[in-house]
Amino acid sequence: MTNPNGRFGIHGGQYIPETLMNAVIELEKAYNFYKNDEQFNKELSELLNDYAGRPSRLYFAKKMTEDLGGAKIYLKREDLNHTGAHKINNVLGQALLAKKMGKTRLIAETGAGQHGVATATAAALMGMQCVVFMGEKDTKRQALNVYRMRLLGAEVIPVTTGTATLKDAVSEAMREWTSRIDDTHYCLGSVMGPHPFPTIVRDFQAVISKEIKQQMLQKEGRLPDAVLACVGGGSNAIGSFYHFIENKEVALIGCEAAGRGVDTFETAATIATGKLGIFHGMKSYFCQDEYGQIAPVYSISAGLDYPGVGPEHAHLHDIGRAQYVPVTDDEAVNAFEYLSRTEGIIPAIESSHAVAHALKIAPTMDKDKIIVITISGRGDKDCAAIARYRGEDINE
Amino acid sequence: MSNIKKAFENGKAFIPFITCGDPDLETTAKAVRAAVKGGADLIELGIPFSDPTAEGPVIQGANIRALRGGVTTDKVFELVKELRRDVTVPMVFMTYANVVFSYGSEKFISTCKEIGIDGLIIPDLPFEEKDEFQPVCDKYGVDLISLIAPTSHERISMIAKQAQGFIYVVSSLGVTGTRSEITTDLGAIVDVIRKNTDVPCAIGFGISTPEQAKKMAALSDGAIVGSAIIKILEKYGKDAPEHIGEYVKSMKDAIR
Repeated sequence: MTNPNGRFGIHGGQYIPETLMNAVIELEKAYNFYKNDEQFNKELSELLNDYAGRPSRLYFAKKMTEDLGGAKIYLKREDLNHTGAHKINNVLGQALLAKKMGKTRLIAETGAGQHGVATATAAALMGMQCVVFMGEKDTKRQALNVYRMRLLGAEVIPVTTGTATLKDAVSEAMREWTSRIDDTHYCLGSVMGPHPFPTIVRDFQAVISKEIKQQMLQKEGRLPDAVLACVGGGSNAIGSFYHFIENKEVALIGCEAAGRGVDTFETAATIATGKLGIFHGMKSYFCQDEYGQIAPVYSISAGLDYPGVGPEHAHLHDIGRAQYVPVTDDEAVNAFEYLSRTEGIIPAIESSHAVAHALKIAPTMDKDKIIVITISGRGDKDCAAIARYRGEDINE
Repeated sequence: MSNIKKAFENGKAFIPFITCGDPDLETTAKAVRAAVKGGADLIELGIPFSDPTAEGPVIQGANIRALRGGVTTDKVFELVKELRRDVTVPMVFMTYANVVFSYGSEKFISTCKEIGIDGLIIPDLPFEEKDEFQPVCDKYGVDLISLIAPTSHERISMIAKQAQGFIYVVSSLGVTGTRSEITTDLGAIVDVIRKNTDVPCAIGFGISTPEQAKKMAALSDGAIVGSAIIKILEKYGKDAPEHIGEYVKSMKDAIR
């Protein structure tokens, strides 16, 4: 899917300061070597299986299926991974790669805190230093994760610039990387940023679709009709889609955060409302004004509150291979509550966006159809915020 | 021939950076004229961007103030037209790739030519991506300025060979902002540049005092100063131009 310059169709590329160019070139060389290295892959598999708890379960949501009365629904349980989200898949890969490259320090951005927690976890495990940048607004709405990162030995730096959310955390992590490259790897958390990050992160997350495919063939003897995942930068979605891209009969549906609605300014639905641009090292779609100023996006979900989308998603959209749909805060919160009550599974508010879309489409599908929803993370971290959304003031 | 060459004909060049519209465009116009009077050889005009990832806190602040004041790319073009009635020193824009791209690169760069902008500095456009704008820059005769960093190593000759206008040598790792000390072996970087091109090179990032400027200019063809000037704007607001004029004079005197 990638050409040598890190392009996905017209998207991708390496739009970064000269100071970082040798760092990304070095990273690409190292990755191209280790991805085919037997020892590296053996170590990574052991970490994923014995430490992170892979393979994650593909669970048949019987009650939900019966309640909706349409397509059969399976949940890919990335929420059951160690640290509670899919983020650990990528982080273990990158941390191991960084270690092989002789780096001793990991820096990362985080929105909801899941990627920050995963990075802090890998750093603790591998004896590396860790610094996480997090928008100040997000440190408040995800206070529990801030504590978890500190508990794991990471330093958390609240970012106060711009909208004080994920976009600003990425900018600040990039700034930090330009000032300290020798011993530091920027452990980017999504399929975004300059090449080779969108490819590296996708490859490490592709384990999700690889497993879904095997598990589905085992359970149903056939491939699913649709795979649904939430999309911010898009790492759990690309991970869920990747091995199905070649299977044209499988519909791939990315669920974007529409915030208060795509017809309002309080939205983060990039593909629905953005236009082509260049930002954070990549060409892709971005929410921006007519002069290219990046828009202050909004979503109830700190993990999807980002004005761009990964370049491979932009390309899958262009060629019509994947479909991207907006889901509002209200719909996501309803789905959060629905899955908790119906299946006894509390999904992350990010993943709830994908559940919400399934609630819309499953009843319209025949009973012999099958859809898979990736539950990218667990929702414990969101309980206080959702309670507040419902007007209940609880203390964590 | 590139108009930018003129900037390097009066001894070592002093290049001030000013963010357009901080705190407003009238002040920017006055600040530019004061800098020219103080001896500036080339003016680097920043078009503000919402998320300037190569800037430190000082220039980030200027970008935010300017955007809050309602500055747009079109208003900056008007400012340059007005300045060009009497300002003859070369002027270049410093802005981010998305500002040029979203305006339409053809429309943006042809307008630059029309209003008298001689070059573009785009910090998030490395050598590998310069084809994004280079063909259009060539078509209209606007120089696309290359940057070389302390981490460029074996990339220096490749970049220098294709450089035009002048080369912006980044003095230190990290983002823009004043520094008490610059430790990069800039002499060695400039040596490699000289072996590969006749295009002049100026050093920027971290320079604020006349002593630093003198040292940097001695190693190259000029010194670029941004954050120190933005700090004057931050401190004096609308009254900054007079202070900027004095500051530029002290810097130009030091490197002459």
